[in-house]
Amino acid sequence: MDNLVIAGKTYSSRLLVGTGKYKDFNETRAAVEASGAEIITVAIRRTNIGQNAGEPNLLDVLPPSEYTLLPNTAGCYTLDDAVRTLRLARELLDGHSLVKLEVLGDPKTLYPNMVETLKAVEILIKEDFQVMVYTSDDPIIAKQLEDMGCVAVMPLASLIGSGMGILNPWNLQIIIDNAKIPVLVDAGVGTASDATIAMELGCDGVLMNTAIAAAQHPVLMASAMRKAVEAGREAYLAGRMAKKLYSASPSSPTEGVIASTEKIPGKPAGGKSE
Amino acid sequence: MIQLTINGQPQQFEAPINVAQLIDHLALHGKRIAIERNGEIVPRSQFPQQMLVHGDQLEVVVAVGGG
Repeated sequence: MDNLVIAGKTYSSRLLVGTGKYKDFNETRAAVEASGAEIITVAIRRTNIGQNAGEPNLLDVLPPSEYTLLPNTAGCYTLDDAVRTLRLARELLDGHSLVKLEVLGDPKTLYPNMVETLKAVEILIKEDFQVMVYTSDDPIIAKQLEDMGCVAVMPLASLIGSGMGILNPWNLQIIIDNAKIPVLVDAGVGTASDATIAMELGCDGVLMNTAIAAAQHPVLMASAMRKAVEAGREAYLAGRMAKKLYSASPSSPTEGVIASTEKIPGKPAGGKSE
Repeated sequence: MIQLTINGQPQQFEAPINVAQLIDHLALHGKRIAIERNGEIVPRSQFPQQMLVHGDQLEVVVAVGGG
């Protein structure tokens, strides 16, 4: 079986999805189911004091017994906020230590602050967290994060929520080639073909939220993404043919074509081609 | 009278209370929450033991949808 292994745990789906931006929990649940994802990200936020009596809880809709919940630090701009958020998450999820770290550097781009991220990784790993880390697509930083003990590196394909697709496949390629831990594209995927391209490059998985949640029909897009990730993975494993600009090689036999006496420029007589 | 800051909002309490009593007061009993007090996690098992004191800063969090 071709499984994804993160921190020693095996997953059959290589698509990880977020749970934000859906119109309600029913749609969230339907999209997650259609995606086939086994790992889903959640955010940690202050509860609304005094206004939450009968309010449904995300964990009732997507229980930790059915899914691997990946608490994230989205919205954190300092290492202190990120580390505190993940400590709270671990307490909330009964000691679950697999987390997604992102330390943002700028509200306009949501680009990661890698200096703060590296410091946060150091603290979290000392505290026995299993860190999947959102990173810029810098191959040196990605390798450093691996060497520090992260369980997966998750470079951006383009800015969070931008849907701009894979802007620098070459950097992703270098990161993938260098890594001995899973590399997942996190952020920037806009549509199914983007996810397929990421997987064809050799990514171990793709994490996305907005591409599904902001589609006109999120549940249908979730299904498309599932297939896109599977298709890209199979194509990667199959090994694509070499690209050739010329020397076209027809798929049908060149012998036995009914003879034409007409002369075609560049083509030998008698129905044969070189 | 003690004042606690809960999720950034000041709240007054007539008498000292512990974390478990605070959770009941906030109608959060049985909910999946986690609590941080002055920057430190309060483990669920210690909710009844931890007495809150004037000036405590508390964060009460839940899991919500996110990417």
